[in-house]
Amino acid sequence: MVVNEQVNITTEKTKSPHIAGSSLKISVKELSVFFGKTKVLSDININIFERKVLAIIGPSGCGKSTFLRSLNRMNEEVGGNFTGKIIFDDEDIMKLDPVYLRRRIGMVFQKPNPFPTMSIANNVVAGLRMNGFRDKKKLKEIVETSLRQAALWDEVKDILHESGANISGGQQQRLCIARTIAMQPEVILMDEPASALDPISTAKIEELIFELKKKYTIIIVTHNMQQASRVSDYTAFFYMGKLIEMDKTIKIFTDPELKQTEDYISGRFG
Amino acid sequence: MEMKFPMKKFIFYKRRTANFVMLSLSLLAALITIVPLVFIFYYTISKGISNLNIDFFTKLPTPVGETGGGMVNAIVGTIILIAIGGGIGIPVGIMSGTYLSEFGKNKFGILVRFFTDVLSGIPSIVVGVVAYTLVVIPMKHFSALAGGIALAILMIPTITRTTEEMIKLVPQSYREAGLALGIPKWKITVMIVLKTAWKGIATGILLGLSRAAGETAPLLFTSLGNRFWSTDIFQPIASLTVYIYQYSTAPFKDWNDQAWTAALALILLISVLSLVFRIITRSKYKA
Repeated sequence: MVVNEQVNITTEKTKSPHIAGSSLKISVKELSVFFGKTKVLSDININIFERKVLAIIGPSGCGKSTFLRSLNRMNEEVGGNFTGKIIFDDEDIMKLDPVYLRRRIGMVFQKPNPFPTMSIANNVVAGLRMNGFRDKKKLKEIVETSLRQAALWDEVKDILHESGANISGGQQQRLCIARTIAMQPEVILMDEPASALDPISTAKIEELIFELKKKYTIIIVTHNMQQASRVSDYTAFFYMGKLIEMDKTIKIFTDPELKQTEDYISGRFG
Repeated sequence: MEMKFPMKKFIFYKRRTANFVMLSLSLLAALITIVPLVFIFYYTISKGISNLNIDFFTKLPTPVGETGGGMVNAIVGTIILIAIGGGIGIPVGIMSGTYLSEFGKNKFGILVRFFTDVLSGIPSIVVGVVAYTLVVIPMKHFSALAGGIALAILMIPTITRTTEEMIKLVPQSYREAGLALGIPKWKITVMIVLKTAWKGIATGILLGLSRAAGETAPLLFTSLGNRFWSTDIFQPIASLTVYIYQYSTAPFKDWNDQAWTAALALILLISVLSLVFRIITRSKYKA
């Protein structure tokens, strides 16, 4: 898909920046999300580009996580529903089976959550095994390549058969990333992936994001402004369930259009 | 440093005394809880051990007046009864517990939960009467199957509620991790949630089995008892508990002694059962 036409149509409304040389992966149109009668997000329009990192920033409760969870239809598991459209590779996600959709759009959570009853190796291939993939030789290869991609291989190669819960928090989070990569998704959603980690582990995750964007489209929710400015190509600022401003990261952090954005970024509120 | 709020010295004494008194009372209560078990072990072992020999585990009971003999039929009978009860009760209990915790947030779930709670409070003899009416009367004779069904009914509420509670303790984040990996919900439930909760569920199963193994009342008019060797589940079957009841109330000294031995054998059987069950269900990784 060529980006120009698509983006030009929506740029006015979405304030989405045009990213040259990248095609459109997900297009969110007029998205509003409800939990019961509470409207959590209203009229979000965002274009997400292939092999770029989109950072979503905003104060707690602004709907960042809800937005992220709309993309892989996780909200409906906890009673959320939405209006509007999310187009993923020309297809309406509501027309896709959620299980199939989530294989293509992986997710990494805030708190590392490896399965404690499985070994490190089995954690990596948990998704594949439980989807009926049983070729032992292939699985072994995937364990190694995924752990290498998640920059964890050297640390765990000798303890692959220990429980996934026996390694440090930072390692657990990279294990969760490896588990997500093993499914070979196209998009990876990250919900504050480093907020429960120490600075060294955080730095490792950020380096990893840099590597991963060569292959995957990444959307990261973060509370950490520096992190957003370091890892992302473009940034969306959410406030009270609305998309306030979205632009290239360098523009958002140096010369935002709106005062509200500037105030948040400079720490004057939120 | 000067104290801002000078306290009177006697307050400390008062607190210390109160602390000492309460601690002593708690210790006493703790001792009282272990006393009955010590007595049970003391009496069953001291009175039962003399008859506990190879014959007891290999021979059939002898007629009145004849000494010796054993209770092999009752030991095997109890095992068969527990197996039937567990064979029905464990799957039903686990599945209904899983339903309640994973899908039971509706009116039907509330109803099932209420019924299970009431069922767990029903006296076991009443369950026996019901099994008699539902199984024994239509089949026209007492049977091991009827006894097993009665035991299953007694096990189900324990296993159901423990399963439900244990599954509820599994963090939501594991389910979400499974969902995010594109794993179908039923596989998440079976391969992640149940597996994580398994240790607690196993404890519930063991509780249910042990309780069932010690039941007498529901067996009196379902499996009845049998003085001969039988492993036919459609025929009356002997059980240790029924023997304990009959032998301990009989006017013969040697029968009374054998009742103690049967009691000891039952305790041993349940201990072995727990041990074997723990070994079988032991998982490689702690949840």
